[in-house]
This record gives sequence, structure tokens and C-alpha cells, in this order.
Amino acid sequence: MSTGNMNLTLKVWRQKNTKDKGKMVDYKVADISPDMSFLEMFDVLNEDLITKGDDPIVFDHDCREGICGMCSMFINGRPHGPKDAVTTCQLHMRSFKDGDTIVVEPWRAKAFPVIKDLTVDRSAFDRVIAAGGFISVNTGNAQDANNLPIPKAQADAAFEAAACIGCGACVATCKNASAMLFVSAKISQLALLPQGQPERYKRVQNMVAQMDAEGFGNCTNTGACEAECPKGISLENIARMNRDYYSAKFISEEEG
Amino acid sequence: MGSIANAFSSSIGKKLIMGLTGLFLISFLLVHCFLNCFVFFDKTGVLFNEGAHFMATNWIIRAMEVVLMLGLLLHIIQGARLTFENQAARPVKYAYNDGNANSKWYSRSMGLLGTLLLMFLVVHLSDFWIVSRFTGIEHFNGNTPVDAAGHEDLYAVMFAKFSEPWRVIVYVLAMFSLAYHLLHGFASTFQTMGWNHKKYTPIIKSLGVAFSIIIPLLFALMPIAIYFGWGL
Ligand code: HEM
Ligand code: SF4
Ligand code: FES
Repeated sequence: MSTGNMNLTLKVWRQKNTKDKGKMVDYKVADISPDMSFLEMFDVLNEDLITKGDDPIVFDHDCREGICGMCSMFINGRPHGPKDAVTTCQLHMRSFKDGDTIVVEPWRAKAFPVIKDLTVDRSAFDRVIAAGGFISVNTGNAQDANNLPIPKAQADAAFEAAACIGCGACVATCKNASAMLFVSAKISQLALLPQGQPERYKRVQNMVAQMDAEGFGNCTNTGACEAECPKGISLENIARMNRDYYSAKFISEEEG
Repeated sequence: MGSIANAFSSSIGKKLIMGLTGLFLISFLLVHCFLNCFVFFDKTGVLFNEGAHFMATNWIIRAMEVVLMLGLLLHIIQGARLTFENQAARPVKYAYNDGNANSKWYSRSMGLLGTLLLMFLVVHLSDFWIVSRFTGIEHFNGNTPVDAAGHEDLYAVMFAKFSEPWRVIVYVLAMFSLAYHLLHGFASTFQTMGWNHKKYTPIIKSLGVAFSIIIPLLFALMPIAIYFGWGL
């Protein structure tokens, strides 16, 4: 951990567009405060590049407070860098040392094509959600709270699954580029609640089919996703999704 | 009805086949290891040969053997398919990927460990299975050796095979591959089948570690003990 300001070498993936082959480019950044976030360090670098008349590095970000899931950067071989349970925007430069070389790459997956530099297209996730990650209700006045009694343990588990911010770190780190942790979180948050029951078995079949169609790999239970997930989504969700899937395919009345 | 037909072509279905065949192979290992341990308990080899004779003649066992071979074949084909599909899911690799930060090397190397096991199985099956089931052991030393009880003497075949150092080394190395394959595979198959539970999963994991060490260790001790003549 550093306290004084740092000079760093960055190796950053640069790629003009989806078709470009792309390459790693070295940059030097000087006088970086340890209190900066990783993205702020990139802001400094980009200011520098713009002043020099170079093309700034394109990277995704939005909330910068760990809730939107946009800031996808593969830093020194890990999604969102060396710290557990943080997003890139919540990673601070004090996690690095003066003189360090930091390698920064985009998420790598067939289902997440690079748009430019470090920005990838994660709309595959949106299509998985659109395939069933919702409940159908008639609109109208909101119901009274606690109209539907839900046991505390059940509500907690659903809430934990709902913490998934769709960042894609699970896919990025998985050796198979599998999206099982994300999809299982999105299925579990509904499967655990009464509102999710009517479409429960249809949902799991359709979302898994869409996940497969998007070209994500097959899960082999390495557990890397759970270890890297900034929101601590558990492998229990994948087991629950598997159970629901078998019930849906082998027992349920509903066709996907 | 949800459709069973298309269930097995999905990612989860493919994993289920992997898990079920894996579990079946684990149950086979248990029986195989138990019977083979007879070598440690009877110097004359009669007990071991009796076990081998039973396995070779009992029709239930013979029928299971066919199922076992089909299961193994399915496991291998599906394993190869999974491995290739998963490689294709990341066409551009990372320049720097710190896999050890979040998972075990053997969990990420199931295809490689499986391939090593397959290479071993070719040697192993031609050493014993082909000999005892098809070609017969009469070509061995020019006569058909029988033991004191009149059973064909597979025990003697084993001693002859394990007098060669290269074979002992291959068998022992293969048991390392098996140990690591199981270290991931044993617990993994329960997760695949949807059994993940706060109380039981830690028990399954411990059981898996014990199984992955004990079974390959017992297997590895057989060629080692025979080669060095440890009380056999
Ligand atoms: C006695 C021999 C073997 C046993 C007991 C065994 C057992 C297992 C088990 C329990 C699994 C885990 C399944 C799951 O996660 O649901 C597995 C996975 C796998 N096995 Fe085997 N296996 C054996 C031989 C082989 C061979 C010969 C190959 C050769 C290609 C192979 C390749 C694989 C692959 C690629 C996987 C997938 C990895 C994964 O899903 O995590 N195995 N095996
Ligand atoms: S499961 Fe975790 S790592 Fe995967 S998308 Fe959701 S929050 Fe990100
Ligand atoms: S920018 Fe929103 S989570 Fe990082």
C-alpha cells in the first residue's frame, strides 16, 4: 500500500472497433494520488492523451459507486482488479505500489464483443433477461406491503440474488466464459418469491436457452465467478437454477 | 411437459450427463479398488483370482461392464465436446490471466487430466482387461497359468507386468491425474445435480477429498508394492 503519490506503467488494450485486431499499448502515468479511484487514474491519463492530441481510451462507467455494473476492466489478470468484492470504480490506487506495471484488458468472451478499447457489448445479458427475467402483472395501484407473506429466510435469499448488478465479471473470469452465475441470480431472485411462481418453469427454460444461444460457455463449477463477483452472488444460485431446470424439463407441465 | 429430448443438448443438460457418468465411474472405482485390495491380503493370489474370476463370469457384472464402457465413452465424448465448446466461448485470450487467484488449477484442467486418464486407460485395458476377456492369458509365458484353486492366474500376470519399472511409473503418475480429476469432479457432480446446501455441501466436499486421496493411493500402492516386493 502506498501513501505518497505514484508513478505507474500501464499496459492497456487498444482496439479501434469490433473488426480491428487490437494491441496492447504502454502508457506512463505520473504523480497519481493513492486516494484516487482506478477510473480517476484513467481520467488523468485520458486528459493527458487529449492534451497531446491522442485518442483517449474508451472505457465503460456510469455510477462510479459500485451499483451500475458498467466499469468492466480486467486488471492484472482479474476482473475489477486485485481486491475482492469491489467494482473497478471502487478500487483505489492505494491497492498498488509506486513503480507497478498494471495490465488492463477488456472482458474477453465471444458473447461480449469489444466495441472499442476496453468497452464491450454486454447486450447479450439484456437478451437473456428479455427471454424471461421478469414477472407478468397487471398494472394498477401498488399492493399493500406485506400483502403476500414471505418468510424472512426466503426474502433474504431472494434479496441476495437480486444484488447482482449485471457487471459480467463472472463471465470475464470464468475459463469457459460461462454466464451461469449471472443467469442463476436473475432466475433465483424471482424463483424464491411468490410473484415469481406462475412463470417459474417457463422462465428457467427460456433464459437458459437464450444464454446458450448467445454463445456463453458451459459451466464446469470452477467457482471462479463466485470468488470474483463484486456482490458475493453464491454458487447456491446455480444449483437452484439446475434444480429448477431439471424440474422444468423432466416434470413440469409447461413447455419453454 | 417440458421436453426431455432437448434437455440434454443444453449447457445444463450436457453437464448433467457429465455429472451422472462421472458419478457412475466413481461407483465403479469403489468396487474395482475394493476387489483389487485382495492383493494385499493373500500372498498366494487365490483370493485375488477368485475376485477376478467372479467379475469375469457373473452375468450381472458382465452386463454392468457394457454399461460401464458406454458410460465411459459418453463421459469422454461429452467431456471433449465441453472442452472444445468452452475454448470457443473465448476466442481472444487474455494477455494476463491470474487464474490461481480465484480457482484451483485442477478445476481448470479437467480436460487435460481426463486426456491423461484416457491415455492411461489404453495402457491399462490392454494390460489386463483385453488379456483376461479376449486374448486369454494362455499366451503368457507359453502356457496357461492357473492358481492353486484352478482359476486362471491373473495375479501372476500382474506380477509380470509390474516387474517393468516404466509401467509402475506410468501407473503411479496416472493415479496422480485421477486424484486431481476427482478432487474437482467428486464435489462438482453434486453441484451439477443441484445439490448445494449450507450443511451438506461441506460434508460432500470433505468426503470428496478423502475419496480422491484414498482410492488413487490404494491403486498406486499395488504396482509399487509388487515392484518392491513389499510383503507380497
Ligand atoms: C475412472 C475415470 C474417471 C472418473 C471417475 C471421472 C469422474 C469425473 C467426474 C466425477 C466429473 C465431474 C462431473 C461434474 O462436474 O458434474 C468429471 C468431469 C470431467 N471428466 Fe472425468 N472421469 C473419469 C475419466 C475421464 C476421462 C477418461 C476423460 C477423458 C477425456 C474425462 C474427462 C472429463 C472432463 C472433460 C470433465 C468435465 C469437467 C467438468 O465438467 O468440470 N474423465 N469426471
Ligand atoms: S453474478 Fe456477480 S459477477 Fe456476475 S454479473 Fe452479477 S454481480 Fe456481476
Ligand atoms: S461505474 Fe457503476 S459500478 Fe462501477
